[in-house]
Amino acid sequence: MRFIGAILFAAILGLVLAAGFIARASAQEAPEVGPQPRLVLKPMESHIGNITGHAADGKSDYRRYCAGCHGDLGDGNGENAVWLDPKPRDFTIATFKCRSTLTGTLPTDEDLYNTIARGLTNSNMPIWNTFTRQQRADLVAYIKIFSPRWEKEKAGDPIKVPAEPPVTIESIAHGKALFTKLECWKCHGPAGKGDGPSAGTLTDSKDNPIRPYNFALGKDDSRFKCGNTNQDIYKIFMTGVDGTPMPSFADVIQPNDAWDLVHFLRTLQVNRHGKETEVLSAAHGVIPPYVDKSPAPVAPADNKSPGGGGQ
Amino acid sequence: MRMWAQSHLCQKPQRATSVLAAAFALTFLILGSSQPASALPAFARKYGLRCSACHESWPMLNYFGQKFKDNGYQLMNDRDAPIWQNPGYWPVTFRIVPIWHRVSQGKQAVDSGDGQVERRITSSGFDLSGLDFHTGGTLEKNFSFYVLPSSDATASFHFETVMARLDNVVGSPWLNVKLGKFELDNLLSEKRILTLTGNGGIYQLYHFMPQGDGNVFGQMGDNQLGVEVMGHSYNDRTRYSVALLSSNDGQVGLPYGSESYSTFITASQAFDAGKLGVQRLGFYVMAGEAPTTWLTNGGAPIAGSGTGNKGYSREGFVGQFYFGQHVDATVVTQHGSDSAWFGQGYGDFIDNPTGFKNNTPGTTLPAGSRNPTWNGVLVEPHYVYNPQLIFLARYETIRMSQQSTPGTRSDLGNITTYTVGYRYNPFMTSRAGFAWHNEFNIFHQDGTSPLTQTNVNTSELLMGFDFDF
Repeated sequence: MRFIGAILFAAILGLVLAAGFIARASAQEAPEVGPQPRLVLKPMESHIGNITGHAADGKSDYRRYCAGCHGDLGDGNGENAVWLDPKPRDFTIATFKCRSTLTGTLPTDEDLYNTIARGLTNSNMPIWNTFTRQQRADLVAYIKIFSPRWEKEKAGDPIKVPAEPPVTIESIAHGKALFTKLECWKCHGPAGKGDGPSAGTLTDSKDNPIRPYNFALGKDDSRFKCGNTNQDIYKIFMTGVDGTPMPSFADVIQPNDAWDLVHFLRTLQVNRHGKETEVLSAAHGVIPPYVDKSPAPVAPADNKSPGGGGQ
Repeated sequence: MRMWAQSHLCQKPQRATSVLAAAFALTFLILGSSQPASALPAFARKYGLRCSACHESWPMLNYFGQKFKDNGYQLMNDRDAPIWQNPGYWPVTFRIVPIWHRVSQGKQAVDSGDGQVERRITSSGFDLSGLDFHTGGTLEKNFSFYVLPSSDATASFHFETVMARLDNVVGSPWLNVKLGKFELDNLLSEKRILTLTGNGGIYQLYHFMPQGDGNVFGQMGDNQLGVEVMGHSYNDRTRYSVALLSSNDGQVGLPYGSESYSTFITASQAFDAGKLGVQRLGFYVMAGEAPTTWLTNGGAPIAGSGTGNKGYSREGFVGQFYFGQHVDATVVTQHGSDSAWFGQGYGDFIDNPTGFKNNTPGTTLPAGSRNPTWNGVLVEPHYVYNPQLIFLARYETIRMSQQSTPGTRSDLGNITTYTVGYRYNPFMTSRAGFAWHNEFNIFHQDGTSPLTQTNVNTSELLMGFDFDF
């Protein structure tokens, strides 16, 4: 009888406490004023190769892994968001940095799928490569429920990335000239250290301060936000980084120009060993002047000519 | 006790009422006085991730949490070095467990008018676990550490874990080196066990010793002193570790053998099984030698003088199986073997000079003595309703396959134990961990009652708060 009494005591106390906790937890989830926003679980899908992701299957993982930062409503206002820099992505506006599609368009499912597995360096977004492919596809589908754009628009067409031409000292020199001409140095700084004259004034599309990338910190294993290959850098020029001041240059430069710019930017990663630095070393660390028929803009007086030559 | 039983029936309504009233009073006291926690668990605070990102149910790691641990408590996102943290960041977490539990131990030897008899002893009441101070993280990018001073319920402290680790040596995740006192690389971690009762709060497989065996050194569940080389693939699908350990069961100060070492080797491979999830299969081997011969002074053993090393081994397979997002099960098998010397009671003469024997020169084993061997299996299924609520169960059994002394009953010391329970986290944030824990365990062992050598059954009912901040 004592045993039964103990079980009864445990059961009663357990139930009472559980009920109390549930009520308390429910109360915590409610907003301070006004009605609680409702999230409609739309039957969104994603398609990654032969895998089809379903939003309903991504809900549990989103709540477990993502909601703390991106928020239960996908608005980037999870309980940790206030502590994070840069801020978590707001899925309700469906603006994404890492895309293979032109600026202003929605990314492909594969773009989002790859971003989840790659993570975003220099941010709190981890490398979620522990998920199965199906889990990632389900999460991509779930992300789509937060914005009506996914119902009204189709993803943009992926840009074509032409084969990379050989790295030559001439291509590096041309890239350096483009770096000046396109005024990349205004944000990224003359030596690519992220300390250009405009660097301190930059904000993203939600008015949060944002810093330009510091190429000089790059090492052999360093990553860019949207990948670590030359192809990834090429894509950034052509697609832009939506939601940030980094524009798309797709309408401004030709593919070969973009590759030359890629080759030059790699030389700004002074701690990285690559074919670009080998070519530069063979030229004794000096980037020769690039002769352009069109007049080049003048660099600011208090800044030396941008570039990694001689560094 | 007898008086209570006699008056139990007539007092039952009053007792039920008082129990109910006490329950409500406690509930309102707790819920009314508690505020949302403002202190911060160390890693979640550093990275801004909810507990559920790394824990299937705190403190048990999920796959992502295992990868985080394997990377040296780093997300590998270029913000792992402490220079990125606010100078006020203090990587410390406190954990303590206040509980109510009822323990019923069968066939305890008690004095009576006719000498000793065996009786069941049952006791219940409010209780407290010890206090753990977890502090860990990175000293610099790819230099990690963990220090865990842990106390018992009387606030007597010891160092449960003290280790530093070089991560991603030569830039490769395949080479990480750890030195100090640390938990062995068990895929099913006992230090992150979800259960709290006396017998259910450990994995019996990790501590099993045959009856009369003197080898305390082969306990996989105890943190050990040594050096570990560990490596893993970028996504942690493939992982291995090799540890060289002092055969002293993690006791500091070289209290046992003068030169006795063990090794722990494990490897595993995970597979992507589509909608089922990531499945993992692996193996482990713990093998080594420990002393049986001790120098004495006035009959008392001298610490650190142990020689006469004899061998032992524990080996088995581990499987972690997921069946979708809600159901998973972990299976661990074990085949164990001790030297016949240990089986005959030689071994830990230091801690128990009256219970165990000293293998002095000229000692011979009784005729027919054999290596004691056994086999065991552990199955632990979970139903994860959501990150805040998990139901768990465990079945564990260990069967002797060979007793050291011929003629000993074959099932002496066999263990079977069942555990069921649930943990409910009323909130899930990156700031603190709090679980309402309820658990019931039944433990059965063959032939080990002190007087009649019959089977012993023990049960424990436990509920309480498990929290850290």
